[in-house]
Amino acid sequence: MEYRDYYAVLGVDRKASADDIKKAYRRLARKFHPDVNAEPDAEDRFKEVGEAYEVLSDPEKRAAYDALGANWKDHQNFQPPPDWSQQFEFGGGGFTGHDGGFSDFFETLFGQHEFRGGGRSGGGRRAGGFKGADEHARVGITLEEAYQRASVEIDVRGPDGKTRRLRVKIPAGISDGQRVRLKGQGGPGVGSGQPGDLFVEFRLVPHPQFRPDGRDIHYELPVAPWEAALGAELTVPTLGGSVKLKVPANAQAGSKLRLKGRGLPGQPPGDQIVTLKVLLPKADTAEKKALYRQMADTMAFDPRAGS
Amino acid sequence: MTRRIDPQLLDEQLELTLRDMCHICGVHAEFLVELVSEGIIEARGVGPGRRRASSPVQRWRFDGVAVVRVQRAVRLQQDLGVNLAGVALALDLLDELEALRAGGRS
Repeated sequence: MEYRDYYAVLGVDRKASADDIKKAYRRLARKFHPDVNAEPDAEDRFKEVGEAYEVLSDPEKRAAYDALGANWKDHQNFQPPPDWSQQFEFGGGGFTGHDGGFSDFFETLFGQHEFRGGGRSGGGRRAGGFKGADEHARVGITLEEAYQRASVEIDVRGPDGKTRRLRVKIPAGISDGQRVRLKGQGGPGVGSGQPGDLFVEFRLVPHPQFRPDGRDIHYELPVAPWEAALGAELTVPTLGGSVKLKVPANAQAGSKLRLKGRGLPGQPPGDQIVTLKVLLPKADTAEKKALYRQMADTMAFDPRAGS
Repeated sequence: MTRRIDPQLLDEQLELTLRDMCHICGVHAEFLVELVSEGIIEARGVGPGRRRASSPVQRWRFDGVAVVRVQRAVRLQQDLGVNLAGVALALDLLDELEALRAGGRS
């Protein structure tokens, strides 16, 4: 296992006062709290900081940790001294109620599993038991999976550190960040208590063509100037396959056309919003240049008139 | 072992009573009443309530978004030691930040 330098994690001196340690912890907890910080490693950093504070805020644990010596480096290979468990006795109830997921290093030195049930779920006391801990997971899905309401496999790591694999059907009504509840799929209950729930947040991974906005899907359709000017019936890709779209005559670049109900499913389903993007053919031959000149003469068009 | 489970969508269409909320979020009704009075979550009153047969609190309905907010509020309160006014401020600012980020992407 690896040694953890809890002082380095909190960015404090080995001689730091209890007050300084608390201040450092509070500051870092605010910074890395997964509800506040969207960075992917925020949760791991938050847990590290919590683990460091768990040890350094408790005088008994801190004294035991300090007794390992000051010469260890963070992540250095580590084995506890053979007589470790006899040397120190930790009074019960010393845990701050922090969520599970501590390092092997912590568990080996300070692990006391009987104090660690429940986690955050709190409340929910029923006669003779506690409701199990709720668990939270985040899963990235493609727009196609959301549209087809595919099934995704989610690996859930419980408070006991064990991983379970669940197959979850994506429901209608998913947009980016939408959460669902899976009743009874959290941690096991204590005694006659019910199991906790699993909450899953769906994140939509970026798509090369489609940009979701809630359940609506934005799509940019390239058109030729004459298609925009004269009107055209064009084939447009949607999540449910290609559809025909009638572009009205005298459409402009940036005009938006709505394909009702062609967005993500839900109650009501979203629309696909098609924005026209007029692309100009290059004037790269004498003939094409002549055509543009003829247009300039015939149209007498000033795009800046009225601006 | 894999088995397929159908999830419950926590969206605006969901209608949960105070009792449902207590059960799902693992909190006491008193705490939810505090969150409502602090403006952290919104309760919709249902029905005109002609008589005093049921108290207004029993007619409260919450949507799925409220579940997510309660959970965040509990975590922020426990993990960061902030009071409810602080939780309310943090959640409002986080919402604003999220909206700004979403707008910046387009």
